[in-house]
Amino acid sequence: MAQPLVGYLLVAAILFSVGLAGALTRRNAIVVLIGIELMLNAANLNLIAFWRYGPHPEALTGMMFAIFSIAVAAAEAAVGLGLVISIHRHAQTTDLDQMNRMKG
Amino acid sequence: MGFPFWLIAALTVAGGMAAVLLRNLVHCALALTIAFAGLALLFLQLDAQFAGFVQILVYVGAVAILVVFAILLTRGSETPKDGGVFSKTWGAGLVIAAAIFAVLAWAVLESRPGLPHETGTHNASVQEIGTALMGRYVLPLEIVALLLTAALIGAVIVALHEKKEEAR
Repeated sequence: MAQPLVGYLLVAAILFSVGLAGALTRRNAIVVLIGIELMLNAANLNLIAFWRYGPHPEALTGMMFAIFSIAVAAAEAAVGLGLVISIHRHAQTTDLDQMNRMKG
Repeated sequence: MGFPFWLIAALTVAGGMAAVLLRNLVHCALALTIAFAGLALLFLQLDAQFAGFVQILVYVGAVAILVVFAILLTRGSETPKDGGVFSKTWGAGLVIAAAIFAVLAWAVLESRPGLPHETGTHNASVQEIGTALMGRYVLPLEIVALLLTAALIGAVIVALHEKKEEAR
Protein backbone atom coordinates (compact mmCIF):
# COMPACT_ATOMS: atom_id res chain seq x y z
CA MET A 1 0.00 0.00 0.00
CA ALA A 2 1.42 3.32 -1.04
CA GLN A 3 0.04 5.33 1.83
CA PRO A 4 0.93 4.05 5.29
CA LEU A 5 -1.79 6.22 6.83
CA VAL A 6 -4.48 4.14 5.11
CA GLY A 7 -3.15 0.98 6.77
CA TYR A 8 -3.26 2.55 10.22
CA LEU A 9 -6.75 3.93 9.66
CA LEU A 10 -8.01 0.52 8.52
CA VAL A 11 -6.50 -1.20 11.57
CA ALA A 12 -8.16 1.42 13.78
CA ALA A 13 -11.49 0.87 12.01
CA ILE A 14 -11.23 -2.91 12.56
CA LEU A 15 -10.36 -2.45 16.23
CA PHE A 16 -13.24 0.01 16.71
CA SER A 17 -15.74 -2.38 15.13
CA VAL A 18 -14.46 -5.33 17.16
CA GLY A 19 -14.80 -3.27 20.36
CA LEU A 20 -18.28 -2.12 19.36
CA ALA A 21 -19.35 -5.68 18.56
CA GLY A 22 -18.05 -6.81 21.96
CA ALA A 23 -19.82 -3.98 23.77
CA LEU A 24 -23.11 -4.70 22.01
CA THR A 25 -23.20 -8.49 22.04
CA ARG A 26 -21.67 -9.69 25.31
CA ARG A 27 -23.70 -10.33 28.45
CA ASN A 28 -21.00 -9.63 31.00
CA ALA A 29 -20.61 -5.99 32.04
CA ILE A 30 -16.81 -6.30 32.31
CA VAL A 31 -16.48 -7.43 28.69
CA VAL A 32 -18.63 -4.48 27.67
CA LEU A 33 -16.10 -2.22 29.41
CA ILE A 34 -13.28 -4.08 27.62
CA GLY A 35 -15.01 -3.34 24.32
CA ILE A 36 -15.29 0.35 25.20
CA GLU A 37 -11.57 0.44 26.04
CA LEU A 38 -10.78 -1.09 22.63
CA MET A 39 -12.88 1.57 20.91
CA LEU A 40 -11.09 4.37 22.79
CA ASN A 41 -7.73 2.88 21.84
CA ALA A 42 -8.73 2.71 18.19
CA ALA A 43 -9.55 6.42 18.34
CA ASN A 44 -6.14 7.10 19.89
CA LEU A 45 -4.45 5.19 17.06
CA ASN A 46 -6.26 7.42 14.57
CA LEU A 47 -5.13 10.55 16.40
CA ILE A 48 -1.48 9.47 16.51
CA ALA A 49 -1.50 8.33 12.87
CA PHE A 50 -2.93 11.66 11.70
CA TRP A 51 -0.39 13.50 13.87
CA ARG A 52 2.47 11.53 12.31
CA TYR A 53 1.41 11.91 8.67
CA GLY A 54 -0.31 15.28 8.93
CA PRO A 55 1.16 18.52 7.62
CA HIS A 56 2.24 19.97 10.99
CA PRO A 57 3.67 17.31 13.29
CA GLU A 58 5.74 19.89 15.17
CA ALA A 59 2.52 21.41 16.60
CA LEU A 60 2.02 18.18 18.64
CA THR A 61 -1.77 18.59 18.51
CA GLY A 62 -2.73 14.99 17.79
CA MET A 63 -0.15 13.68 20.26
CA MET A 64 -1.51 15.90 23.05
CA PHE A 65 -5.07 14.90 22.25
CA ALA A 66 -4.10 11.23 22.43
CA ILE A 67 -2.32 11.70 25.77
CA PHE A 68 -5.32 13.49 27.31
CA SER A 69 -7.60 10.85 25.84
CA ILE A 70 -5.52 8.12 27.52
CA ALA A 71 -5.84 9.93 30.87
CA VAL A 72 -9.63 10.30 30.51
CA ALA A 73 -9.96 6.65 29.44
CA ALA A 74 -8.06 5.57 32.56
CA ALA A 75 -10.47 7.55 34.74
CA GLU A 76 -13.40 6.03 32.85
CA ALA A 77 -12.07 2.51 33.38
CA ALA A 78 -11.64 3.09 37.13
CA VAL A 79 -15.15 4.48 37.60
CA GLY A 80 -16.74 1.89 35.29
CA LEU A 81 -15.17 -1.07 37.03
CA GLY A 82 -16.08 0.45 40.41
CA LEU A 83 -19.69 0.62 39.22
CA VAL A 84 -19.58 -3.01 38.07
CA ILE A 85 -18.27 -4.10 41.46
CA SER A 86 -20.96 -2.04 43.21
CA ILE A 87 -23.73 -3.54 41.03
CA HIS A 88 -22.36 -7.01 41.67
CA ARG A 89 -22.57 -6.38 45.40
CA HIS A 90 -26.21 -5.26 45.16
CA ALA A 91 -27.57 -7.68 42.55
CA GLN A 92 -25.07 -10.56 42.86
CA THR A 93 -24.66 -10.57 39.08
CA THR A 94 -22.70 -8.89 36.31
CA ASP A 95 -25.07 -10.25 33.66
CA LEU A 96 -26.52 -7.31 31.73
CA ASP A 97 -29.58 -9.33 30.66
CA GLN A 98 -30.56 -9.68 34.33
CA MET A 99 -30.11 -5.98 35.16
CA ASN A 100 -33.70 -5.09 34.28
CA ARG A 101 -34.88 -3.41 37.47
CA MET A 102 -35.66 -0.14 35.66
CA LYS A 103 -37.38 -1.87 32.73
CA GLY A 104 -40.91 -0.55 32.22
CA MET B 1 4.89 0.16 5.85
CA GLY B 2 6.45 -3.22 5.66
CA PHE B 3 6.25 -6.64 7.22
CA PRO B 4 6.60 -5.41 10.84
CA PHE B 5 3.51 -3.21 10.54
CA TRP B 6 1.32 -6.01 9.24
CA LEU B 7 2.65 -8.42 11.88
CA ILE B 8 1.89 -5.97 14.71
CA ALA B 9 -1.47 -5.07 13.20
CA ALA B 10 -2.46 -8.74 12.94
CA LEU B 11 -1.36 -9.32 16.54
CA THR B 12 -3.36 -6.34 17.78
CA VAL B 13 -6.52 -7.25 15.89
CA ALA B 14 -6.24 -10.88 16.96
CA GLY B 15 -5.84 -9.79 20.58
CA GLY B 16 -8.85 -7.50 20.34
CA MET B 17 -11.00 -10.20 18.74
CA ALA B 18 -9.97 -12.75 21.35
CA ALA B 19 -10.76 -10.21 24.10
CA VAL B 20 -14.39 -9.97 23.04
CA LEU B 21 -14.90 -13.56 21.84
CA LEU B 22 -13.37 -15.82 24.50
CA ARG B 23 -15.66 -17.44 27.08
CA ASN B 24 -13.39 -17.24 30.12
CA LEU B 25 -13.10 -13.67 31.38
CA VAL B 26 -9.54 -14.10 32.62
CA HIS B 27 -8.51 -15.14 29.12
CA CYS B 28 -10.36 -12.07 27.83
CA ALA B 29 -8.27 -9.84 30.10
CA LEU B 30 -5.04 -11.49 28.90
CA ALA B 31 -6.04 -11.05 25.25
CA LEU B 32 -6.87 -7.42 26.01
CA THR B 33 -3.35 -6.96 27.37
CA ILE B 34 -1.93 -8.34 24.11
CA ALA B 35 -4.08 -5.88 22.13
CA PHE B 36 -2.88 -2.98 24.30
CA ALA B 37 0.76 -4.02 23.87
CA GLY B 38 0.25 -4.28 20.10
CA LEU B 39 -1.21 -0.77 20.08
CA ALA B 40 1.82 0.48 22.03
CA LEU B 41 4.06 -1.07 19.35
CA LEU B 42 2.00 0.65 16.64
CA PHE B 43 2.49 3.98 18.45
CA LEU B 44 6.24 3.32 18.56
CA GLN B 45 6.17 2.55 14.82
CA LEU B 46 4.54 5.95 14.30
CA ASP B 47 7.53 7.67 16.01
CA ALA B 48 5.35 8.54 19.00
CA GLN B 49 7.71 7.25 21.67
CA PHE B 50 6.09 9.09 24.55
CA ALA B 51 2.58 7.92 23.64
CA GLY B 52 3.84 4.36 23.23
CA PHE B 53 5.39 4.23 26.67
CA VAL B 54 2.38 5.98 28.22
CA GLN B 55 0.24 3.31 26.59
CA ILE B 56 2.36 0.57 28.14
CA LEU B 57 2.35 2.22 31.57
CA VAL B 58 -1.33 3.13 31.70
CA TYR B 59 -2.99 0.31 29.78
CA VAL B 60 -0.73 -2.73 30.08
CA GLY B 61 0.28 -1.69 33.58
CA ALA B 62 -2.83 -0.25 35.19
CA VAL B 63 -6.04 -0.82 33.23
CA ALA B 64 -5.35 -4.50 32.55
CA ILE B 65 -4.64 -5.09 36.25
CA LEU B 66 -7.82 -3.17 37.13
CA VAL B 67 -9.84 -5.40 34.79
CA VAL B 68 -8.34 -8.54 36.34
CA PHE B 69 -9.19 -7.23 39.83
CA ALA B 70 -12.78 -6.53 38.77
CA ILE B 71 -13.09 -10.01 37.26
CA LEU B 72 -11.80 -11.67 40.40
CA LEU B 73 -13.92 -9.48 42.73
CA THR B 74 -17.10 -10.25 40.81
CA ARG B 75 -16.26 -13.94 40.40
CA GLY B 76 -16.67 -13.37 36.68
CA SER B 77 -14.30 -16.17 35.74
CA GLU B 78 -17.14 -18.64 36.19
CA THR B 79 -18.80 -18.90 32.80
CA PRO B 80 -22.61 -18.76 32.95
CA LYS B 81 -24.36 -22.10 32.82
CA ASP B 82 -27.54 -20.93 31.10
CA GLY B 83 -27.28 -19.63 27.55
CA GLY B 84 -23.99 -18.47 26.11
CA VAL B 85 -21.76 -15.54 26.90
CA PHE B 86 -23.57 -13.51 24.26
CA SER B 87 -26.73 -11.54 24.96
CA LYS B 88 -30.12 -12.32 23.45
CA THR B 89 -29.85 -9.49 20.94
CA TRP B 90 -26.37 -10.38 19.70
CA GLY B 91 -27.51 -10.53 16.08
CA ALA B 92 -28.56 -6.89 16.03
CA GLY B 93 -25.32 -5.84 17.74
CA LEU B 94 -23.25 -7.72 15.20
CA VAL B 95 -25.14 -6.15 12.30
CA ILE B 96 -24.64 -2.65 13.74
CA ALA B 97 -20.91 -3.24 14.27
CA ALA B 98 -20.49 -4.65 10.75
CA ALA B 99 -22.40 -1.71 9.25
CA ILE B 100 -20.21 0.79 11.13
CA PHE B 101 -17.07 -1.02 9.99
CA ALA B 102 -18.32 -0.92 6.40
CA VAL B 103 -18.96 2.83 6.64
CA LEU B 104 -15.55 3.50 8.22
CA ALA B 105 -13.65 1.38 5.71
CA TRP B 106 -15.56 2.94 2.82
CA ALA B 107 -14.80 6.44 4.12
CA VAL B 108 -11.09 5.68 4.52
CA LEU B 109 -10.69 4.04 1.12
CA GLU B 110 -12.82 6.63 -0.63
CA SER B 111 -10.86 9.59 0.76
CA ARG B 112 -7.49 7.99 0.02
CA PRO B 113 -6.37 10.64 -2.51
CA GLY B 114 -7.14 13.47 -0.09
CA LEU B 115 -5.35 12.01 2.90
CA PRO B 116 -2.15 13.76 3.98
CA HIS B 117 1.00 11.84 3.24
CA GLU B 118 3.87 13.88 4.60
CA THR B 119 6.93 11.73 4.80
CA GLY B 120 9.18 13.99 6.83
CA THR B 121 9.77 12.40 10.20
CA HIS B 122 9.44 14.49 13.31
CA ASN B 123 10.52 12.88 16.53
CA ALA B 124 8.58 14.50 19.32
CA SER B 125 11.09 14.55 22.14
CA VAL B 126 9.88 14.29 25.72
CA GLN B 127 11.30 17.76 26.30
CA GLU B 128 9.08 19.23 23.59
CA ILE B 129 6.05 17.46 25.01
CA GLY B 130 6.84 18.69 28.50
CA THR B 131 7.27 22.25 27.29
CA ALA B 132 3.97 22.08 25.43
CA LEU B 133 2.21 20.59 28.46
CA MET B 134 3.52 23.34 30.71
CA GLY B 135 2.89 26.09 28.17
CA ARG B 136 0.11 25.85 25.65
CA TYR B 137 -1.71 22.90 27.22
CA VAL B 138 -1.41 23.82 30.88
CA LEU B 139 -5.16 24.38 31.39
CA PRO B 140 -6.18 20.96 29.96
CA LEU B 141 -3.44 19.42 32.09
CA GLU B 142 -4.87 20.94 35.26
CA ILE B 143 -8.40 19.89 34.28
CA VAL B 144 -7.19 16.31 33.70
CA ALA B 145 -5.54 16.37 37.13
CA LEU B 146 -8.85 17.46 38.68
CA LEU B 147 -10.72 14.81 36.68
CA LEU B 148 -8.36 12.05 37.79
CA THR B 149 -8.72 13.09 41.43
CA ALA B 150 -12.50 13.18 41.13
CA ALA B 151 -12.53 9.80 39.38
CA LEU B 152 -10.32 8.29 42.10
CA ILE B 153 -12.56 9.55 44.91
CA GLY B 154 -15.70 8.66 42.97
CA ALA B 155 -14.56 5.11 42.24
CA VAL B 156 -13.69 4.54 45.91
CA ILE B 157 -17.06 5.93 47.07
CA VAL B 158 -19.03 3.92 44.49
CA ALA B 159 -17.28 0.66 45.34
CA LEU B 160 -17.31 1.26 49.11
CA HIS B 161 -19.19 -1.11 51.38
CA GLU B 162 -22.55 0.35 52.31
CA LYS B 163 -23.05 -1.92 55.31
CA LYS B 164 -21.66 0.68 57.73
CA GLU B 165 -24.96 2.50 58.26
CA GLU B 166 -26.73 -0.73 59.15
CA ALA B 167 -24.06 -1.56 61.69
CA ARG B 168 -24.38 1.79 63.45
